[in-house]
Amino acid sequence: MTAIATFATRKSTFAGGVHPSEQKHLAAESAVEVLPAPEQVLIPLLQHIGAPCTLAVKPRTEVAPGDVVGQADGFVSAPVHASLAGATARTAMVTLPNGRHVPAVPIKAADSQPLEGDALWEDIFGGDWPTEGLDVYRPQQIADAARAAGLVGLGGAAFPTHVKLTPNEKKPIGTLLVNGCECEPYLTADYRLMIEAPGPVITGALLARRATGASKVIVCVEDNKPQAIESIRTAAAGAPVQVRVMKTKYPQGGEKQLIAAALGREVPDGGLPLDVGVVVINVGTAAALARAVVRQKPLTHRIVTVTGSGVRRPKNLLVPVGTSYRTLIDHCGGLNDETAMIIAGGPMMGFSLGSLDMPVTKGTSGITVLSAEDVWRPDETACLRCGRCVDVCPMRLLPTKLALAARAGNVELARRHHVSLCMECGCCAYVCPAGLPLVQLIRLGKVMVK
Amino acid sequence: MTKTNTTPPTLHVAPSPHAADTALTTRRMMIDVLIALAPAMAMAVVVFEWYAVTQVGLCVLVCMGVEAVLERLRGRKSSVGDCSAAITGIILGLSLPWSAPWYVAVVGSVAAIGLGKTVFGGLGCNIFNPAMVGRAFVMLSFAKELGAGAYVFTEAKLAVLTQATPLSIAKQFAADLAAGKVIAGDAVVQLHAAEDIWTLLVGWVNGSLGETSAIALLLGGIYLCIRRTASWQIPAGVFVTALAFVELGYWINLTPFEPLQHMISGSLIFGAFFIATDPVTSPVTSTGKFIFGMGIGLLVVVIRLFSGYPEGVMFAVLLMNAAVPLINRWTIPRPLGKYKREERREGREERGERREERNAPGLRSGG
Repeated sequence: MTAIATFATRKSTFAGGVHPSEQKHLAAESAVEVLPAPEQVLIPLLQHIGAPCTLAVKPRTEVAPGDVVGQADGFVSAPVHASLAGATARTAMVTLPNGRHVPAVPIKAADSQPLEGDALWEDIFGGDWPTEGLDVYRPQQIADAARAAGLVGLGGAAFPTHVKLTPNEKKPIGTLLVNGCECEPYLTADYRLMIEAPGPVITGALLARRATGASKVIVCVEDNKPQAIESIRTAAAGAPVQVRVMKTKYPQGGEKQLIAAALGREVPDGGLPLDVGVVVINVGTAAALARAVVRQKPLTHRIVTVTGSGVRRPKNLLVPVGTSYRTLIDHCGGLNDETAMIIAGGPMMGFSLGSLDMPVTKGTSGITVLSAEDVWRPDETACLRCGRCVDVCPMRLLPTKLALAARAGNVELARRHHVSLCMECGCCAYVCPAGLPLVQLIRLGKVMVK
Repeated sequence: MTKTNTTPPTLHVAPSPHAADTALTTRRMMIDVLIALAPAMAMAVVVFEWYAVTQVGLCVLVCMGVEAVLERLRGRKSSVGDCSAAITGIILGLSLPWSAPWYVAVVGSVAAIGLGKTVFGGLGCNIFNPAMVGRAFVMLSFAKELGAGAYVFTEAKLAVLTQATPLSIAKQFAADLAAGKVIAGDAVVQLHAAEDIWTLLVGWVNGSLGETSAIALLLGGIYLCIRRTASWQIPAGVFVTALAFVELGYWINLTPFEPLQHMISGSLIFGAFFIATDPVTSPVTSTGKFIFGMGIGLLVVVIRLFSGYPEGVMFAVLLMNAAVPLINRWTIPRPLGKYKREERREGREERGERREERNAPGLRSGG
């Protein structure tokens, strides 16, 4: 592996990308708080990429945390679980931040919860996490545990994790990358997890290594998180886990970018990381995998960053899946008068919301509230063909051409310039001096090509 | 925990990304160009006094006026505020000789904005650099008023400014040398006396209004590149290629000027930093920009050494402008994860599909 030898000597990164104002200081220093159990949660039956779940509980049933609420039938699917003790109600339709309408199961919280506050934290992240003797778990057993626990990628895309971990004889895995980049501005959920609970991250990484048969495990963290690097290094001492410091740049945490940055390999178009012998999992997913395998507990809670200049007290919260955004924002002191935009996720790839009555899903990494000043844009001007969008595109596309094709309705041109390869990271629109809605136009182009 | 404090006054809902680099706007780019042109304009005023002020001022006023009128005729919102017409005016004005009569400036400005820009659809749509279109128009229309003789600054206080421009002198010497009128050694000695490097750098030399001072131009040009308003690849391409070919020309005795003298005289620096870097009329990829610069560098040297014109930046830029769509086509980057082999296969499939279409019975029966 000569590539690794070269890359080990300097900080790795990828070609293209931008440096948006990080704004991580808003929530970076606030330790994860356990949210008091909300009065009600709303568990959507589709929280992942893949087939929706089928309802597994009747209305007015008493459920305990961890009970299956929605069953997964297909292979690319993941069950959903009750995150509170309480009684279910009739299924209601709910709109998720990405605009999908999905059925959701409301659970009214019981008066007392089995675990609350610190006890809940201890149950999820506390205690000892083994780094040795993990060979007792068979690879298939680990994948099955991930599936039973309803594990999906917690970085945002929410791809069912067991699909990545299921042993595949045709395509052997050489390297497991654990993604701790958290390149999206404002968000600090992964950062706090790496600092406060590095144990389960390392255990989960080793379990994923066991499941995939990878020979190498590399935890990738950007150099703007020295504390997290230190914490992970300490926890990984003695274990066969490398920690790789990456040069901070957005979108380093993008799967294809991370593979290019860390290993210098290109995931082929239409392919998966396993085509180049790599599996990438997020640090949060790794921690949840450790819990699922070692403690047989499903994914019911996650860390969510509530941040931005519009929130009175930015915080990192450990919340039950299904909690409404409104509850989270209330817990952070509410919105201040400057609020102009509420975003599910971070400002680069998140969805702006028209309502706070949406549930946190497994893939919700944060809520960013921006002020009028943050969202101010100069008027759109003509494209000057300056080529900055081309310089920053991490997929090496020509955003200006794609936007032109979309505006003109030229399907052929859009296809010739590989519109479908765009991952909508937003770098082009971020730098565009003319303020063109490049990502929006490219999305339009993608629809045209289909 | 009240519900009222979570109801904000107005919520913006928009597609991502919700962050933008607001320090970087079209307007800011235009202001950068104005800032970068300031040293050259100041030097023009120092050397040519009122002639520079009136010439550039007239060009700017006419350009902005024509832009306003034409955009109005097209039923568009006025685009004078974006400063692009003003920049075209300044560059056109600075590229004219001090003696150009007022109607040359006016006709040049009208041609620049009208023929160079608006007919193509306004800002961002033009193929050729508007200022150079205007200059080429007047250069061909008023050959006498813009010829080598027009540059001789008869009213200057300094003797050096009453001479012809350095490149005209070089051209003359080269011609005399070829005709056997002077001896090679003599010519070089005389040239050195007239055009030593320091004079050329500072700008105590004759020429178009804005091109005399290499230092002022470099100052502004480097500022533009640091601000990334101009892409450094273009001037880099120009200088590297021009230097290489001028070195070659000097070596085989095609020009009496030393390479460095060539580089800092005439409008090479002005053109490389301020004219060629117009983003609208240059390629979009970094590689493309470098190739574009190289093309200009080569053409400038070819025109200087082989044509009847002493200087060739204008025609070089216009010719390379025409090649930009081609360069863009050549330098499409390979997207991440798209392999060469795969693309070839895709190409074959596409062609295969087309063949099938052609052979389809419905289409064939027509013949």
